[in-house]
Amino acid sequence: MAGSVWVVVEQWQGQINDISFEALALGRELADALQVPLEAILPGPQCSTLAGQLGCADTVLCADHAALAEPIPEVHAAALADLARQRQPRVVLVPATNNVWGVSTLLGAILGAPAVNFAIDLKASDGALEARCVLYGGKLETRVRLTKEPAIIGLWPGARPADQGRSERQPAVEQVPVSVPSDVRLRLKRYIEPEAGEVDLTREDILVAVGRGIQSKDNLELAEELAQALGGEVCGSRPVVDQGWLPLSRQVGKSGLTVKPKLYLALGISGAPEHVEGMKNSALIVAVNTDPQAPIFNLAHYGVVADALELMPALAEAVRARKG
Amino acid sequence: MHFLVLMRMVPDVIEELEIAPDGKSLDREALRLIASESDDHALEEALLLKERHGGRVTVVAPEAPEVDDLLYAAAAKGADRLVRLRGVNPGLGVPALAGSCVAALQSSAGLLPADLILTGAQTIEDLDGLIAPLVAFRLGLPYIGVVTAVTEIAEGKASVIKEFQAGYRGEFEIALPAVLGVQSAEKPPRYVPVAKVRAAMKSAKIEDVEVPQPVAQSLDGIEVLSMAKPEVAGRAEMLEGSPEEVAGKICELLAERGLL
Ligand SMILES: Cc1cc2nc3c(=O)[nH]c(=O)nc-3n(C[C@H](O)[C@H](O)[C@H](O)COP(=O)(O)OP(=O)(O)OC[C@H]3O[C@@H](n4cnc5c(N)ncnc54)[C@H](O)[C@@H]3O)c2cc1C
Repeated sequence: MAGSVWVVVEQWQGQINDISFEALALGRELADALQVPLEAILPGPQCSTLAGQLGCADTVLCADHAALAEPIPEVHAAALADLARQRQPRVVLVPATNNVWGVSTLLGAILGAPAVNFAIDLKASDGALEARCVLYGGKLETRVRLTKEPAIIGLWPGARPADQGRSERQPAVEQVPVSVPSDVRLRLKRYIEPEAGEVDLTREDILVAVGRGIQSKDNLELAEELAQALGGEVCGSRPVVDQGWLPLSRQVGKSGLTVKPKLYLALGISGAPEHVEGMKNSALIVAVNTDPQAPIFNLAHYGVVADALELMPALAEAVRARKG
Repeated sequence: MHFLVLMRMVPDVIEELEIAPDGKSLDREALRLIASESDDHALEEALLLKERHGGRVTVVAPEAPEVDDLLYAAAAKGADRLVRLRGVNPGLGVPALAGSCVAALQSSAGLLPADLILTGAQTIEDLDGLIAPLVAFRLGLPYIGVVTAVTEIAEGKASVIKEFQAGYRGEFEIALPAVLGVQSAEKPPRYVPVAKVRAAMKSAKIEDVEVPQPVAQSLDGIEVLSMAKPEVAGRAEMLEGSPEEVAGKICELLAERGLL
């Protein structure tokens, strides 16, 4: 229906991604505030089998097209644009995951519509849409008003709890035809499975996480000693993995693992949104950083402004002394 | 092979970020700028490809304070042509910036054709879109983002590795010419000693290319209401003292939770 709120639902390996439910929860609030329907757009083959999980929406629009099975940004953007032109939504919430990375930007470009990135919240204020976005690696936030429609919102993880977007209700399901470009110049050849790690970090109770702040590969030893004293494992942020100091199987965040340990000790990690999405639900987060303004302190339960290289040996020593 | 790398300067977030008196933007006077991290990776990937396949690397960067350092460093690492785009206003507005860049690429400066256009997957201030898909869209080229390697180039096609989630990756085939949003290069960006950068300053030349009919770099359909430090529900409780004292306090917290 014209003027409705849209949530683009993302499938990953035949399942609906959690962030899609987060987006539905937010979309529901917005649709209710604007008194318009909430429509879930489900692209991909066999989408009818998944539609029943999307009862948070009033209607599920199934764009059942074989070409949408592959995560090709150009194809997904073209299909969404085609559908948006037919049905004129007011706002389109697109999960900002790596999978079809760039799709919200392309959708905005095709439709000549504004596309905001890094959004963590969205509301209607006096009938206008207002988004809150994280910039500068989490150091600043901006509030923006969308002055053109449809507004494309690249939604980051964590806007609402995923469970809030799940519902037992059966939504109305509509099959919608979409057209996609025929001369696609990008093709998925194969999926590559994750490198098998020696341990499954998602099952660990205690994680000692290191970031660029540890400064060199040699200092990793301090983290390993600390992890050993605590009975935990070492993991890290992306730059540590990019430098080859830790294997990809130990990366936490958007492209890596999502972990929920009992203790997440973040050492020299700034707290960029792409890292935070992989560890924000840890039961206890203790962050050590030399920068008192580091965004990680906005999330951690306890914080220490200190040199991690000094704190690591002191803490390992104290833990060993206590354990006897 | 011609590899064209589009690079941008962004605020260094290790420094304090000051908000301008309007409360809606960064105080750009007070900023220290550095090359966007994933743009550095895009350059590295281009240099690796040149080493492997031959050809040349052109680096194009919109003018900004310190951008000359970025360009000379690129030359010291092995870039062949350095281009500074003039007439681009700093600030937010990625679609407008993409428009300016594409106009310059298509101008008489002879920057195109390129087999691959590489740039970073994202910068920390891409509020209204990513530059790689926008450049691809305007040039009518295929695009893929979050790229971590280009494993093969043959017969007008490239094989690229892209990251999904949870450690999953995908191998894609893309027809050339194409635009890649690079997340990280196959190897960490190479280090160049200051002496080599100084030498490049003497030997390399930066060309200026004027953006034809500069597009006002502004936000379209997006009005910034405010920019500020994040609103947070609860900040961390800070632990203070010497490393030994803090270590003791952390042990207490862990013991209370049965983690020691
Ligand atoms: C598509 C995409 C996917 C991504 N996926 C991931 C991902 O899966 N995981 C991930 O982590 N990132 C990911 N990123 C990258 C992310 O944006 C950040 O660049 C990254 O998380 C930063 O890592 P960091 O905190 O270690 O480094 P930085 O941001 O550089 O922070 C280093 C911190 O260390 C502090 N420090 C310096 N010296 C010391 C010291 N001696 N003691 C204590 N503190 C010190 C500094 O103050 C600073 O806060 C992704 C980005 C994109 C665009």
